[in-house]
Amino acid sequence: MTNPQNRSADPAAREMLVLAEELGAKTVWDRHDDLKPLCGFGELGLCCDVCYMGPCRIDPFGERAQVGACGADAHLIVARNLARAVACGAAAHSDHAREVVEVFRGAAEAGSSSGYAISNPEKLMALASEWGVESANRSGRHVAADLAARMASQFGLQDGPLIPLARAPEEQRRRWEKMGIAPRGIDREIVELLHRTHHGVESDPVALLRAAMRAALADGWGGSMIATDVQDTLFGGPLAIRSRANLGVLEEKQVNILVHGHEPVLSEMLVAASREGEMLALARQAGAEGINIAGICCSANEILMRQGMPVAGNYLHQELALLTGAVDLMVVDVQCVMPSLPQVAACHHTRLVTTSSKAHIPGAEHIEFDSHHAKRTAREILARAVEAFQHRDPARVHIPRHSMDLVAGFTNENLPHYLGGRFRAGYRPLIDAIAAGRIRGVVAVVGCNTARICQDSLHLALVRRLLSQDVLVVQTGCSAIASAKAGLLRPEAAMEYAGPGLQEVCAAVGVPPVLHVGSCVDNSRILLICSALVAEGGIGADLSELPIAAAAPEAMSEKAVTIGLYAVASGVFTAFTPVPRVAGSRVVRQYLEHDVERETGGRFLFTNDIEEAAQGILAHLDGKRKALNLAPMMYQDGVRSNASGSFRALSTFVPPAGLASLGCGKAQERSQLRPPEE
Amino acid sequence: MSRIIASAAIRGGHACVRRAETMLAEALGRHNRNTAIGFPSTAYALPIILALTGKRVEKLGDLEEAVGAARSWLPAEPTEKLWLPYLGGALDAGAATLVAQEAIEALKPLHGIPLEFDYWLGPTTDGILREQGIKLVDGRMPGFAACVGALPDDETAEQLARDLQERNLLVFMGANCAGETMAAQLNRRGVQMNWETFLVPYGPDTSSIVHALGFACRAAFTFGGLKPGGLEETREILLYNQRRVFAFVLALGEVDDEKYATAAGAINFGFPVIADTDIPEILPSGICTYEHVVSNVAHRDMPARAVEVRGVKIHTVEIPIPVRHGPAFEGERVRREEVAIEFGGKYTRCFEYLASRPMDQVQDGLIRVVGPEIGDVPEGARLPLAIFVEVAGRKMQPEFESILERHIHSFLSEPMGVMHLGQRDTVWLRISKKARDAGFRIEHLGTVLLHKLRNDFPAIVDKVQVTLFTESAGVEELYPTAAAAYQSRDERMGALTDERVEIFYSCALCQSYAPNHVCIITPERLGLCGAYNWLDGKAAYEINPHGGNLPVRKGDSVDPVLGQWKGINDFIRNASNGAFERFSAYSMITDPMTSCGCFECIACILPGTGGIMIVDREYAGETPVGMTFSSLAEMTGGGQQTPGFIGIGTIYALSRKFISADGGLARLVWTTTRIKQKLGDRLRQRCEELGKPGFYEKIADETVCTELEPLIEYLATVEHPALEMGEMV
Repeated sequence: MTNPQNRSADPAAREMLVLAEELGAKTVWDRHDDLKPLCGFGELGLCCDVCYMGPCRIDPFGERAQVGACGADAHLIVARNLARAVACGAAAHSDHAREVVEVFRGAAEAGSSSGYAISNPEKLMALASEWGVESANRSGRHVAADLAARMASQFGLQDGPLIPLARAPEEQRRRWEKMGIAPRGIDREIVELLHRTHHGVESDPVALLRAAMRAALADGWGGSMIATDVQDTLFGGPLAIRSRANLGVLEEKQVNILVHGHEPVLSEMLVAASREGEMLALARQAGAEGINIAGICCSANEILMRQGMPVAGNYLHQELALLTGAVDLMVVDVQCVMPSLPQVAACHHTRLVTTSSKAHIPGAEHIEFDSHHAKRTAREILARAVEAFQHRDPARVHIPRHSMDLVAGFTNENLPHYLGGRFRAGYRPLIDAIAAGRIRGVVAVVGCNTARICQDSLHLALVRRLLSQDVLVVQTGCSAIASAKAGLLRPEAAMEYAGPGLQEVCAAVGVPPVLHVGSCVDNSRILLICSALVAEGGIGADLSELPIAAAAPEAMSEKAVTIGLYAVASGVFTAFTPVPRVAGSRVVRQYLEHDVERETGGRFLFTNDIEEAAQGILAHLDGKRKALNLAPMMYQDGVRSNASGSFRALSTFVPPAGLASLGCGKAQERSQLRPPEE
Repeated sequence: MSRIIASAAIRGGHACVRRAETMLAEALGRHNRNTAIGFPSTAYALPIILALTGKRVEKLGDLEEAVGAARSWLPAEPTEKLWLPYLGGALDAGAATLVAQEAIEALKPLHGIPLEFDYWLGPTTDGILREQGIKLVDGRMPGFAACVGALPDDETAEQLARDLQERNLLVFMGANCAGETMAAQLNRRGVQMNWETFLVPYGPDTSSIVHALGFACRAAFTFGGLKPGGLEETREILLYNQRRVFAFVLALGEVDDEKYATAAGAINFGFPVIADTDIPEILPSGICTYEHVVSNVAHRDMPARAVEVRGVKIHTVEIPIPVRHGPAFEGERVRREEVAIEFGGKYTRCFEYLASRPMDQVQDGLIRVVGPEIGDVPEGARLPLAIFVEVAGRKMQPEFESILERHIHSFLSEPMGVMHLGQRDTVWLRISKKARDAGFRIEHLGTVLLHKLRNDFPAIVDKVQVTLFTESAGVEELYPTAAAAYQSRDERMGALTDERVEIFYSCALCQSYAPNHVCIITPERLGLCGAYNWLDGKAAYEINPHGGNLPVRKGDSVDPVLGQWKGINDFIRNASNGAFERFSAYSMITDPMTSCGCFECIACILPGTGGIMIVDREYAGETPVGMTFSSLAEMTGGGQQTPGFIGIGTIYALSRKFISADGGLARLVWTTTRIKQKLGDRLRQRCEELGKPGFYEKIADETVCTELEPLIEYLATVEHPALEMGEMV
């Protein structure tokens, strides 16, 4: 077999890969190896299967066909393939949003009977006022029902603008208006984009990319943002919280249930049910000491952020976790769930349960989630897990002893409080730290794992490199889990990995140098943090002026492409690794890596070399700092630089002279009136 | 590392809140819930609680909610490992601490613990706040230093106090280190501590520091026009302090949990902490303008380092005299036993006279002492003195002589160890033994005048020479000239009426904190602060045409009775940023003048009497209108036109134009004895001019009554003319 060292940087994963071999189980890595060599045309984006004359493929060496049967050239084909990926990614996030809005509406209409309650009434009221929902003298339920209806209407909106779009800085909105890419309605942009990629519709690659940005924006500032808002309203806004990550969180003596997928509606219920006395009693009857719910992928992030539930691992851990033989049941919903899971689960007693009406896996048991009976479904699933636990063979259980402490739960809503407390809440300490050269900038490192890249290796390389250069890192998704497993989400990590400037700030605030802000729909939180930095002022009047950047070092899914594109459309420099299927078109690369910057203020850097990505990001941050005339970095290569030592604007106090010295207080006269005590 | 500070602050917060809860529970056990509680003579209840919670605590029972709020802000102490964010929590614990400490201070009297004793001054009244706090916002004082703890020895304590005084900084002192306090140290050194010397000892407990922060909150209410309310309002109050009040905390000696907690509270205001011990530092900025906590600073460097950390550079004027000088020393008295030499008072003739001269008749920089110097006479000698200042300048006008001369008082009060009282020929001047021992001589009085006049009035003063006569012959020879000058100046001022000038002066010196307020100063109505008259406005404009005083042409008369002119109304509209359309110079009912907050007195109508009352800001008692000065000030200030309420300078009451549109001085039915004393014979004389016999005696004061009903009865008994004039509105 391939050396596990090359497959994952994670010691637990390496251990499990050896075990997998022993068990004779095939994993994603094995299947990926079996497919090699991967299709070169596909990799370059040059294969077109849009119509049924084809598939047509363009010869990248210029020797054979340069256009498809219809006349589409390499640029159009690459752009069209990319656009379809974007549409699918946007659809995934937005359909997730639609699902949670439905649950939200159900909760509002049915009240307590739905099993869901609105646990964050402050957020509900804040959203109501933002969304123009009357809230005075109305019950939370009625407000929630109207809000849910308004949110739901965003999907079918025809003319826009999307309501959350107003949260973007004015300058960014002006750019979108000018380009004609301000999204009109979430579904509309996805549908239109798909239409435009149909055979014989949009034939201008750049026009198609702009349309793709429009759909991507409908995701970032629409679907994803709504999903985050609704989830925070229903299940509570996250607060900084401790937990643990990696396969070592599986409990030998407890019923282990893994939740995997994306939508927290069922996993929240499972967590709640697992804390019920009745369920615990059931588990104890079965000989278990308790019920342990841990997560994989973004489901993990959702219940980590709000409930502090342990994280079993990221995307590439989904099969490995099952191979431990310690998982009694894995429950999955949508997105990033490998169809291979039933085969892997079959190695042990592990049960696999699918729950989404949109996602069935042959070989898995399907218990369809119905928001009106969510609690019942949750209990039913727990009961199956307890039942499965009794079939667990302790002799075959192998739990890697790797697990790491972490602190997560940061959001655009709680960061201001952590930075300034109740009364001085705001981003000023962060902005000051950036302006004074303690922090170089803020970089979002997000995205997936992919079998093409040694698991976590690029996430960790990039994050550590950025930390050493005094860059504050914010993370979501599987990327955040990679850092969690490596200990980068511990506050102590500041002392171990951060440059001295960033260390000072982390020590002052008490935060880790890497802030975990949630799941992949929660990238919307990052957009809002950046917008808040613009609004508070001092380091740029627009997202594109801020010393910020984004990176997806191990991108795998179409959602990652969509996220990357909405970041670029929002003015953010975005390093994307590995290079997506754009290499076949000079025009597409030129536009996305260069020309788009003039239009949106952001651009992509496509590279397979993480050091090149790091260099690109650091150079970008320094460029933005220079453009804003911010102070030179306080520490260069860990040494206090003299250049910034003198950077301090002192307001000069000149005591008023002459008549002004009389002032208004007339203390002078008082001094006249008090003769000494004789 | 700052986690240590956060942990200590949060622990301190918990302990303070617990203490407040215990004291409150005990008090509630012994007293009624409705027992009045609060600090003396303030309209702001317990000001920190008011600022942070938006709630007025006036009764014992009210404290429960406030202390409960503080409790709810307290976070858990950060763990040793895998800690959660603590900066915000530590700041919240700091805020909770301040609330708890203010509750403790307010509860002390119920527990029989005095707030004011020995040299400890206790809470600050609104009167002092208005007088002193204004300096913080109008730019005469850069800020305050809250000194927490004590210094290693008395001498270092005095050194630090003097260094701070020299920078015009108000010095608040509180808390102790193992029983030792900075105030006790200064007291042993014989340093005078009171509001005039900028050295204010609040109390020996750490909780007493809340009075300094309460002062800051009230400055935001009084001068910033900020109102308490919700979170947003609190934030504005704190930001007001961060932007405008250059205050900081000096942590002197060991810093315990409660002091850390108090410091965290101060950081909410943007006030950084500078420590003389080796405590952890918090260098990144954001809540404060620069560092939050800087430690291990040598005492000698503390004032300079502190102002730098606070983000200020303080300019001081160098005067080559052997003693320290600055406004803070103005309030220091030289007591009889300290006198090296004395002039005037009731013992010898002592006067000051400033005259303008043609350029060629003044030898700039010439200082002569005609007569004996300080070393020539025995200690404690009393000599006559004539301070004769001759100035020349291309823009100097004879009208400005009196203005420059009036400044001699503050100039000669500023050197440490020199006491100056009075003006013109009522001067009383003492030089202390300490000053003499430091090398201060009579000649140095000239040095001070020379430097200050040239520095403070560079636009009108080009040359200065000073002659100091210390023997009878010279003094007596010059005196008739000076006396004639005093008289002719008075006559000239007396002849100056609103009708005889075409130009009034605006005064917007206070707009920095009351953005819509503007004073209109006429020859017969001085600024409401009482410090600025028409001539001052004229001179100020001459000195700085882009300053706070601008000439305003009256233009066509709109209403001669109300005192409205087109030019003035146009100006007011503009200068008030469109807030006000019209201004009446002679009415407190129709379009009255707005008030910034630093008025000397408030005039307000007394319903049912047909009259008005005038109350001064030092009067702490009740008034017939049912409000104290502080409560009245809340209504009157803030740059609003409030018909029936105006802020005035005291001597405006003597003007023939005093609310002449509303019936004039004859409306005055009640005032304070302090105002009566201050206006004295001049008020009697004005009363006689009204042609209403015995009018002066009919004006009631607080010795007659402080309530409306008895006042009305009294007015009827004495047949006060206002009763027949009818209601004003």
